[in-house]
Order: sequence, then structure tokens, then C-alpha cells
Amino acid sequence: MEQNKVIITVVGKDTVGIIARICTYLADGGVNVLDITQTIVQGYFNMMMIVDINSSNREFAQLQNELEELGNEIGVQVKAQKEEIFEKMHRL
Amino acid sequence: MVNLREVLETNKMVEEQTLDVRTITIGISLLECIDSDLNKVNENVYNRITSVAKDLDKVAKEIERDYGIPIVNRRISVTPIALIGGAACKKPEDFVTLAHTLDRAAEAVGANLIGGYSALVSKGMTTADEMLIRSIPQALTETERVCSSVNLASTKTGINMDAVRLMGDILLQVADLSKDRDSVDCMKLVVFCNAPDDNPFMAGAFHGVTEADAIINVGVSGPGVVKKALESVRGESFEVLCETIKKTAFKVTRVGQLVAQEASKRLGIPFGIIDLSLAPTPAVGDSVADILCEIGLEYAGAPGTTAALAMLNDQVKKGGVMASSYVGGLSGAFIPVSEDQGMINSVEAGAITLEKLEAMTCVCSVGLDMIAIPGDTPATTISGMIADEMALGMVNQKTTAARLIPVIGKGVGDTVEFGGLFGYAPIMPVNKFSCADFINREGRIPAPIHSFKN
Repeated sequence: MEQNKVIITVVGKDTVGIIARICTYLADGGVNVLDITQTIVQGYFNMMMIVDINSSNREFAQLQNELEELGNEIGVQVKAQKEEIFEKMHRL
Repeated sequence: MVNLREVLETNKMVEEQTLDVRTITIGISLLECIDSDLNKVNENVYNRITSVAKDLDKVAKEIERDYGIPIVNRRISVTPIALIGGAACKKPEDFVTLAHTLDRAAEAVGANLIGGYSALVSKGMTTADEMLIRSIPQALTETERVCSSVNLASTKTGINMDAVRLMGDILLQVADLSKDRDSVDCMKLVVFCNAPDDNPFMAGAFHGVTEADAIINVGVSGPGVVKKALESVRGESFEVLCETIKKTAFKVTRVGQLVAQEASKRLGIPFGIIDLSLAPTPAVGDSVADILCEIGLEYAGAPGTTAALAMLNDQVKKGGVMASSYVGGLSGAFIPVSEDQGMINSVEAGAITLEKLEAMTCVCSVGLDMIAIPGDTPATTISGMIADEMALGMVNQKTTAARLIPVIGKGVGDTVEFGGLFGYAPIMPVNKFSCADFINREGRIPAPIHSFKN
């Protein structure tokens, strides 16, 4: 089945359980995680997840809003964007 | 697959370097709306615009949300109204009813501005063209979103000096009617040489008669992104400098291409062009003048400015052309004064003059743009400034324009506030010597020779 890829970025101060809470939310929403990259620069947490929302039980807009709210609870900035903007900008 | 560094780079461009898509503009042909009955034309125009563009705002918002990229303006351009109203309008006031219709239609679909209250008179004016031009002051005063443009010259036809003379008067009338608001309505009026049919940017957008029924044109921006990229190559050679600008322009334009294709798909309207322009805003860091400073000038306007701008403009095109399947419109760096904080700084420091700005318009789009001049400037002097700009476009086979704002009641040393994206501008001094006898001659300047290019 064709994938519907979304990039989730998480940026903010590092704390315990960021990945766990976001992954729990995604699992509840039926979102399949394809790839995770994470790094910590000067105490700042930077993470990118590539996910497939094709079998998700949530609309993309709802996913975006709920991830943003979850980010606010944890104290980090969470954004979800369709993959094409990055693919178009950085790949020929 | 994309990596973390690339994703963060893209998001930083948006969050910290003011990357945005400046406009999605739907071009709509109104030729099918023509009727000899004025009420019928108005009805047809309203229905046509509100049906073609009904989802413009909704789709723009969806694209913003999906990709996390701001789309600053939603706009509409239409077939020059002098052609649409010609059969029905018997006096200038009849054309003004069409301006009101355009304004209502734009408001109904959530468009910020609508362009095409226009006449194309590069060789001669029809009766309808002249009536439309004479209706411009009233039309711009009584409407909010309508933008007007007049093409006065072209490389193929020469300069219509009768129309140039008329526009000097018209501009002062527009200024006078909005004198209690610093003559702001002049912002909505621009005159052109070699006006493009597919320009998405205001005030000069119109849907040319060479175009299809409806088309999506997109204008990209990104001076802040170019400035930031150049900070990392200070002191490097021209080769490195140019490569950096090209690569950055490529990335910025790719975003525009994506937005244009998505908008086209979701609205069911064919994709026209991307306009590869560096369009500044008054926001700090979103300035073309600041790029020129980063390249190595103390202020925009210093000796070397024309060369630096020529290079910048050319590299933006070279990077952008590869990034988009169709490029058109104005495609060049804009150098408005009021909309660019770096340019305002140059004026205030005494680093730049009108004459230097004129020279700069030879190597980039689009012309003398958003320049506030004293309100007591004679109409013939304004026509002279317009004629100079038209001559540059005509001889150099490029688009040039003039969007001048004679601010009634103010003079050199005063400042005008235009608000929002339009910024503010210090009033610039204009050469005091007369060109009245030149402007008052009748007829037109013949088309230039297309060989012997020195």
C-alpha cells in the first residue's frame, strides 16, 4: 500500500521520556514509525521521526494539533509536516 | 530519505529567516463576461470570480498547515478591465462600478488584493482605455482591494507619451483624493514598460489576453534566507558567493514549486508560473538591501551597488530556473524603498538617491517602487520620471515600472507610514529642474532599433 509520509520534529530542552510519550501517542493513533534520528546539542533535544499515517485513525490536522498539545505538556516544540516540503527542497 | 540536518535547516528558514511563499495568485480570464449591458457585465464578473476562486483561501490554509510554510497573500488577477468594460462603459463612472464589483468579489473569496483594473496602451489608447485611466482616482479611493496598472510602453512599440503625460496627472489626483491618509492609494497604482501577462505580484498583476481561462501563479520570497546563507561565506571569492546564492535560491524556489503544484491540484486550475523574485518586507532580516550589505557594501547605494545587484539578481534566476518547471512573471529582485528596512536605512543615511535607484532598476526588476516623493512635485516632473523608467525598459528589453507616491502636504525630511507589509518611507528629494516642454509634446516615442546594441 502507498505510504503517506509525515515528518515529526521535536525540539526543546532534554528531559526523561520524550520519545516514550510521543511514541505512545503515535501507537494509540495507529501511526507507524519508519525511522527515528535523535541528537542532543548543548542540552537541546533534536529529534526527527519519519512516520506513515496511512493507517492512522486520526485526520492529519487532528494529529498535528494533538502532537502540538503533547509537546506543550512535555515542554518541547513538536511539529508534524508532510514529507514533500523537505524532499523537494533537498533532493533533485 | 531526508535527514535531521536537512529538516532542521528547512524549519529554521521558516522560523528564523522569514521564508514564506509571498502569494498564490489565481489569474482569471474575464473575456467571457463581456456584454453591452453594464449591469450584466458586473453580474458576470462577480459570478465568474467568485466561482473560480471560491476555494482559494481554504486551499491556501490547507497547504500552509500540511507543509508548515506560511502563504502570506491570496490574490486574484483578471483580464485588463478596459477590455472587459469597453462595450458597456460610456463614461469613467461606469468603469468605477466594475472596480466595486472586483472589490466585492475579492472580499467574498478572501483575497487580499485583486489586480487588473488595467489598460494596455503602449502604442495608443482606445476610448475605453482612456476612460478607464481617467476613472482610476475614483476607483482606487472608493475600493479597498483593487489594484490598477497601466502599460505605457514596450520594446516593440515605443513609449506612448500621451499616456505618460496623462498618468502624471492621474497619479497626483490619486494622491490628492487620499491626502488625509498620506496619499496611500498611490500604492495601488503602477505603470509599466513591457508588462508581463502572468505577474502574480501587486500592484501590477493582471491576467493577460495570451493566458488560458484560469491559471495559478506563485510568487516566492526569501531575502532573509539568502542573507543568512551569505553570512557563512564572508570574505570568500565571487565564485563561492555566487554558488551560495544559487543553491539558496534553488531551495527557496522548490518550496514555491511544491506550493504551486499543490494549489493547482487542489483547486483544479492549471499551474502557470513561479515568479522568482526576492521580495522584501519591513520585517527585520527580510531585506534585499541587507543582502547587498552582506555582499560587501556599507549601505545599498554605495558605489558598486549596481554591480552587486546585477550579480545577485542573476544568481537568483540561475538557481531558481532549475528548481521550477515554469518560470515567468517579473522574476528579479525587488528594490522597493518603503517595504525594505535596509533600503530605508540607506535613504536615512543619505547613501542612496533616486538617480541611483534608477540605475539599479536597469539590472533587476522591477523599477522605481514604493518611493515617496514631495507632494508638490509637478505632474510633468512625475511624467518625466515615468518616461525615464519606461525608456530603460524599452531599450533594455526588460520590464520596468514606476510606483511613486507623491505625498500631498509633505516634503523632504518628512516620513510616511503605510502600515503592515508596506512599511514606512522617508520622502526622497526629486530633481527640481523642469521637463515640462518635453512632456507636453504630443504623440509617442518610436520603437528603438533592435541592432547596434551600444
